Amino acid sequence: MNSAWEVVIGLELHTQLATSSKIFSGASTAYGAEPNTQACLVDLGYPGVLPVLNAEVVRMACKFGLAINAKVASRCVFARKNYFYPDLPKGYQISQYELPIVYDGELMIKDDRGEDKRIGITRAHLEEDAGKSIHEGLNQSSGIDLNRAGTPLLEIVSEPDMRSAKEAVAFMRKIHSIVRYLEISDGNMQEGSFRCDANVSVRPHGQEKLGTRSELKNLNSFRFVEKAINFEIKRQINILEDGGEVAQETRLYDSDRDETRSMRSKEEANDYRYFPDPDLLPVVLDDAFIAEVKKTLPELPDAKQARFVEQYALKPSDAAILTVSRAVADYFEATVAEFKDNPKTAANWITGELSAALHRDGMEITDSKIAPADLAALLSRIQDGTISGKIAKEVFEAMWTGGGGANEIIETRGLRQITDSSAIEKIVDAVIAANPDQVKQYRAGKVKVLGFFVGQVMKETGGKANPGQVNEVLKRRLRKG
Amino acid sequence: MAGQQQALHTQSLAELAKGLSKGEFSSRELIETLLSRIEEHDRSLNAFISVTADQALAVADASDKARSKGEAGTLAGLPIVYKDIFCTKGVLTTCGSRILENFVSPYDATVVERLSSAGAVMLGKTNMDEFAMGSSSETSYFGPVRNPWDTVRSPGGSSGGSAAAVAARLTPAGTGTDTGGSIRQPAALTNTVGLKPTYGRVSRYGMVAFASSLDQAGVITRTAEDAAMLLSVMAGFDERDSTSVDHPVPDYVSGLTVSLKELKIGVVRQHFDAGLNEQCAARVKDALNVLEQQGASLIEVDLPNLDLSVPTYYVVAPAECSSNLSRFDGVRFGYRADGAKDLLDLYRRSRGDGFGAEVKRRIMTGTYVLSAGYYDAYYLKAQKVRQLISQDFKNAFEKVDVIAGPTTPTPTFPLGEKTDDPITMYLNDIYTIGANLAGLPGISVPCGFVDDLPVGLQLVGPHFAEETILACAHQYQQLTDWHQRCPEAYQ
Repeated sequence: MNSAWEVVIGLELHTQLATSSKIFSGASTAYGAEPNTQACLVDLGYPGVLPVLNAEVVRMACKFGLAINAKVASRCVFARKNYFYPDLPKGYQISQYELPIVYDGELMIKDDRGEDKRIGITRAHLEEDAGKSIHEGLNQSSGIDLNRAGTPLLEIVSEPDMRSAKEAVAFMRKIHSIVRYLEISDGNMQEGSFRCDANVSVRPHGQEKLGTRSELKNLNSFRFVEKAINFEIKRQINILEDGGEVAQETRLYDSDRDETRSMRSKEEANDYRYFPDPDLLPVVLDDAFIAEVKKTLPELPDAKQARFVEQYALKPSDAAILTVSRAVADYFEATVAEFKDNPKTAANWITGELSAALHRDGMEITDSKIAPADLAALLSRIQDGTISGKIAKEVFEAMWTGGGGANEIIETRGLRQITDSSAIEKIVDAVIAANPDQVKQYRAGKVKVLGFFVGQVMKETGGKANPGQVNEVLKRRLRKG
Repeated sequence: MAGQQQALHTQSLAELAKGLSKGEFSSRELIETLLSRIEEHDRSLNAFISVTADQALAVADASDKARSKGEAGTLAGLPIVYKDIFCTKGVLTTCGSRILENFVSPYDATVVERLSSAGAVMLGKTNMDEFAMGSSSETSYFGPVRNPWDTVRSPGGSSGGSAAAVAARLTPAGTGTDTGGSIRQPAALTNTVGLKPTYGRVSRYGMVAFASSLDQAGVITRTAEDAAMLLSVMAGFDERDSTSVDHPVPDYVSGLTVSLKELKIGVVRQHFDAGLNEQCAARVKDALNVLEQQGASLIEVDLPNLDLSVPTYYVVAPAECSSNLSRFDGVRFGYRADGAKDLLDLYRRSRGDGFGAEVKRRIMTGTYVLSAGYYDAYYLKAQKVRQLISQDFKNAFEKVDVIAGPTTPTPTFPLGEKTDDPITMYLNDIYTIGANLAGLPGISVPCGFVDDLPVGLQLVGPHFAEETILACAHQYQQLTDWHQRCPEAYQ
């Protein structure tokens, strides 16, 4: 990136809260139903109907506030955001404006140099989602699906504290991880449960005044956030370096073309005419309620990561990977509960083999075909020298595809490691005898050839020889001469 | 009609309830009588938008059958009409507007649900100012309502249809809604009783919203006793309305006879200022004397910000209505303009054709006062003044139990007289709006005539003091017979 320019990014994250019913009605929030089958009269904005607040969303927002070290408002107010759109049945969205439920929070991320960096969180407020317009397959007309209308959202607004697309993604991932830890959102980005708008501007380094920003709408994957922001940064810098001015506007990211396009300018922006919704009373939260919610907070990613480093002597980077999701962390801890000798090995296997297998089959760790206890049994066989790491991978594959325990597979397939030194010595001698040229090279100082000999021995033993022992015997025998 | 028996259409709900329970007549006879009166007289009044005759007779028959088995709710077989702002399942609910001319509600309002389950029989839906915006019942898409006391005059509004129907003995009772006086003012102008309960006393669920923080459902009857009977059924917390209040519902009927001996009645200095018609003032003073003779004491109180109530109201109410009426967009229900060329055209033409002039005026006013740059100067300031007005009432109620005074500054006016002069029209609500801004209960009770046109006495109480104002109104009615006077053509 051009070093003359400083990039300034703030994010708005729309997180769908995982309630079973909507924020102001009793209709279901389940995803994927036939259009308009999950919209009751309240969601349809019928004459005379009134909203009634779902208490669960208040609890969830409060939980989030406590998790980001924010203030939870003792009194917050719902306001109407007025605009006309077919997917907005009432002609206004019930949101929060002047008095949000959560404000003044913060989060630590790693910046581009890997240093800790604080990102301020201005506020998080509750609001209802709108419906969807459908244009395909309707023969010239447009349809409206109001199943999503009234789905509870928590909109999380950051300070403009991020200085690169990478930092923005790091922040977004962290929030994503927290809302899933708190079990207040499933964070499913394909289904739109976690969406991002990014405010992006650039300014000359050292200038205090912020540049004119554009708002990038509806970025629904981490990858698109990064690409859209980077495209936008380049676009803005190009304009400024050509002596132009950046227009304040809302832009849409087109992932097919990897570019952003103007959606509406500041002049075309709505005057939303916010005012307190007279149909809903202010929400008053007392200290006792907040204290009660606090008791339900789980251990959060940062705390868990620190504890993993401390308790299991893991590298911070490994601990970070393991604690991205609560399910992975739980799997790890369940594994090391059965396999106490070497948490590092457990970490490597979970982030390596297991993660790859899950990815390959498109599965979540909670659906893993190998339970933590079974993985622990496999790792114990490596630890006690019954099998090598390489054989272990074969056993892992067998466990994954065919089921069965590690011990059973090792025995039925005869995969026990050869640790009998006289047997290994015999094979080593035979290999040396069969490859005089390579012996000469090795003895002439070309030590790399050792790898060739190890390979030959492993081939002879079907991979079952203990690699450490093979190395040691080979070196001893080759030295003789 | 049986010999000495008082004609059914002239009886109050309480009297009819007794007659039904004694078996003097059936609900079917009663309902048939009233339906034929509606048939005969509504041409001259235009009080009804829909008459639900078949449904009413079916419910009456069912009620008679249930009664013969010894099952009867408190309102079993008794007639009622609903202002056309209350959603009624399977029945047209127009709000007096073209934009809802074809809207059949898929559900019942809580008020309708409660009255129906107590056994009340709906005769029909009454005409009203469009979306309850008006004080004369002239802004209705279905034409103006006429006052039975003089059919070239307005019955007041916005609940003018219910008021005219009750005054003309087409029904003993009707529901109304009161946002700035829309129950009390038409009651005063038609010689009927109009009760607006405390904000939150009666659920707003299913009442098409005009100004949510001011709207309150109530009743128009000929006696305070009937109003008490109905309120006992309508009142109470509703989990579907977050602004309804979970406050115990007393038996308002048994509270009617509480002694007035110790009652302190506040007389507002500002009520008798220049705007009040002198003869109206005299009728109101006569009424106050009647109450004083019963042992109540009259105490002068101040409502120093009273003159700010109309301008405050005309910021708050339009602001809320501009948002509440956004849902009428031609997309999901109601009127939709034909052949729209795009979305904006659909909105513009559906709303442009669907709403009348007064509704548009208020939507525009409301949109303006909420706009960026004007919000603080109008909406926020109005909310502050609203607090001051509430505080004035609070201060007054430290000294007195009820506030009594005129309901309106003048008797009714000829149709068309004020339609081109909204400000004069708005000033008709000067005495009633304060109770809405402060959320207080108020009642208008007939207290005499000026040039053969009725005048109303208004009683306003502190929050949830419906019992007090009903007792006061009831006992006043025991001593006077104004409410028994019936316009000649409708006897």
